[in-house]
Amino acid sequence: MTSKSKTPAQTPLLEVRNLQTGFKIDKQYYNAVEGVSFTIDRKQIVGIVGESGCGKSVMSLSIMHLLPKGIGKVRGGEILFEGTDIVGYNEKKMNNIRGKDISMIFQEPMTSLNPVFTIGFQIAEVLLNHQDITKSEARAKAVTLLKNVGIPRADQIVNEYPHQLSGGMRQRVMIAMAIACQPKLLIADEPTTALDVTVQAQILDLLKNIQEVNDMSIMLITHDLGVVAEICDVVLVMYAGKIVERATVEDLFEYPQHPYTQLLMEAIPKMEEEKERLATIEGLVPSVKDMPEVGCRFANRCPKAMPECMQITPQLEDTKGGHEVACLLYEESWPREERVGAR
Amino acid sequence: MTTKELAEKGKPGQERENLLEVKNLKTYYPIHGGFFKRVVGNVKAVDDISFTIKKGETMGLVGESGCGKSTTGRTILRLIKPTGGQIIFDGEDITKISGTRLRKARQDFQMVFQDPYASLNPMQMVGDIISEPIKNFERRDKKELEEFVKSLLVRVGLPETAYYKYAHEFSGGQRQRIGIARALALNPKLIIADEPVSALDVSVQSQVLNLLKDLQEEFDLTYLFIAHDLSVVKHMSDTIGVMYLGNLVEVASNKDLYSEPLHPYTQALISAIPEPDPKLRKERIVLQGDVPSPANPPTGCPFHTRCPMAQEICSQEKPPLKEVRPGHHVACVLY
Ligand SMILES: Nc1ncnc2c1ncn2[C@@H]1O[C@H](COP(=O)(O)OP(=O)(O)OP(=O)(O)O)[C@@H](O)[C@H]1O
Ligand SMILES: Nc1ncnc2c1ncn2[C@@H]1O[C@H](COP(=O)(O)OP(=O)(O)OP(=O)(O)O)[C@@H](O)[C@H]1O
Ligand code: SF4
Ligand code: SF4
Ligand SMILES: [Mg+2]
Ligand SMILES: [Mg+2]
Repeated sequence: MTSKSKTPAQTPLLEVRNLQTGFKIDKQYYNAVEGVSFTIDRKQIVGIVGESGCGKSVMSLSIMHLLPKGIGKVRGGEILFEGTDIVGYNEKKMNNIRGKDISMIFQEPMTSLNPVFTIGFQIAEVLLNHQDITKSEARAKAVTLLKNVGIPRADQIVNEYPHQLSGGMRQRVMIAMAIACQPKLLIADEPTTALDVTVQAQILDLLKNIQEVNDMSIMLITHDLGVVAEICDVVLVMYAGKIVERATVEDLFEYPQHPYTQLLMEAIPKMEEEKERLATIEGLVPSVKDMPEVGCRFANRCPKAMPECMQITPQLEDTKGGHEVACLLYEESWPREERVGAR
Repeated sequence: MTTKELAEKGKPGQERENLLEVKNLKTYYPIHGGFFKRVVGNVKAVDDISFTIKKGETMGLVGESGCGKSTTGRTILRLIKPTGGQIIFDGEDITKISGTRLRKARQDFQMVFQDPYASLNPMQMVGDIISEPIKNFERRDKKELEEFVKSLLVRVGLPETAYYKYAHEFSGGQRQRIGIARALALNPKLIIADEPVSALDVSVQSQVLNLLKDLQEEFDLTYLFIAHDLSVVKHMSDTIGVMYLGNLVEVASNKDLYSEPLHPYTQALISAIPEPDPKLRKERIVLQGDVPSPANPPTGCPFHTRCPMAQEICSQEKPPLKEVRPGHHVACVLY
């Protein structure tokens, strides 16, 4: 299931290579995503975590070609979907992919549901866009989809409008729309952040279920490490537009290596442990306009920073068995004691 | 709180007195309808809850969106008129007081809000934001007041120069510190913190939580800490109350509630929390359906429509909150 079992002959479902996405601010481009590379295999759930503003959404919008027009732009790199680079795809070609091969769900379902159309109409529309079926077939399928995502009274709810539903039900409708054409990849940007925990548990169960039944891959963006631990196979930790650590979920939680990851984990109160004080990370994520040109982007907040951290830009490197870290503490040339000191 | 913990707080063996007693508190919002905008029903946002908070301790309130946490907080502060019940603050019944007496009592309790963006006027100078409540209550020398406000800013971890800046120039976490400084300005006894960290990133959340703990120790503050995140509430509280549809369904010490949740809703709530540890992936109790509307709550036990343990009697009689073990209260027929 994870990259270990992948044979070299198999192309990954999604491969992002050296992605650079910038925003035009005062006539100049600044990169919000800077040289990000990763792969998502078939049936894999990849979690993406990091503080607000570190580029998680921009990365997913880049893949979907949904960046704000005229402001945001992929400025370099490749996005290979089943081996084909889709960066240069025009709107028509992307329309064929969106909803059919790759779907996306957002944090706030109301932003993606149209308030003036019934639920049934909106799901049917997705189906009619991509499949050669009649209107009544599409409608019948919409009811089935709603049932599959656990909506009670599905045959009545198809005729209702988004505002008549609770937050959890709306998110289910979003999921029904997103999986209508059985996409190979679902990008879920904070799908449960706006929901109560008991509803979140329902939605996570549902996502996991669909993923298994449909053999789908999921790119799950969240700031909640609990959600990551719960359902992901692999985790990417982002900081200031870059990936700073990549590992299987077990390795990441057992041996977090990047100082940023370690602090994130110690900053959250955990149910099973008593602790007077929580770890903090002083300072803020630098804004896209004042990213340091060279050196580690975390250096001004890192409790383990060394003088060279300001001069050498750490690269994401394999430390052991696929656990990748971008931190000078783990550079091969660095003395061993230091590495031990970093856990 | 155990005697050991009390001893550590420098008050060996001494039972702390109650600072706040809430008895059978009810707050209903009228629903207006029809041609004459008559009251056609009530949202029973808080429906007969009782609890006490001891001086210097923290009571946490958890529960899902709409269960009445904020309404409870706002009613205690007398920002909303209670429909019934009693609020006894520091020995004085404040349920019905008004005018000067209410104004005076209000110095002693302050609120910290969830949204640091919405609760501060972005165009007001931070110094003015914090001194405003002081000016409302007492006359002070201008210079002295400024010095005092600056010392508050420093105490919550902001530079003195923040005094001259505007709220919009600060990040979310910094604004929350400004909100806390404002709450401290009148040297209150009770602070009601309503989701004070829900809008913040984890790294900033931990700073604010640490600060609230430090201030509690330093000023012997009492907190009512409201949040929907049970792990945050557990970290902060001595006692925890679990709310469901306007009712308190369980009240217990922090430790008992987590190690031995009794109410089926509390059990489901705890089991729904995703633990940040992949080795703990567990079989969850996944509740079916949504929370019913408080305008039309179920008869009997408010949880019976979703309760996996529900029995015939549950839809008929509302179980009262009773103490089933020392300090552990639960409202459920199973106990
Ligand atoms: N339309 C835009 N114009 C200019 N800058 C933008 C725009 N959208 C995003 N950015 C910047 O890009 C960076 C990354 O933003 P992004 O939305 O990807 O963060 P995120 O990791 O998804 O955060 P969150 O957890 O808050 O959703 C931020 O610094 C943000 O200010
Ligand atoms: N001013 C109001 N008028 C009418 N109904 C209200 C009003 N304020 C709150 N309510 C209703 O009272 C109930 C309790 O609301 P309250 O805001 O106290 O819940 P809460 O537990 O704080 O929820 P959240 O976690 O979403 O903040 C809800 O059903 C809400 O819709
Ligand atoms: S490279 Fe240096 S500054 Fe960056 S995370 Fe590692 S130790 Fe900290
Ligand atoms: S009283 Fe009945 S319905 Fe209510 S929590 Fe207990 S068992 Fe469940
Ligand atoms: Mg985002
Ligand atoms: Mg509230």
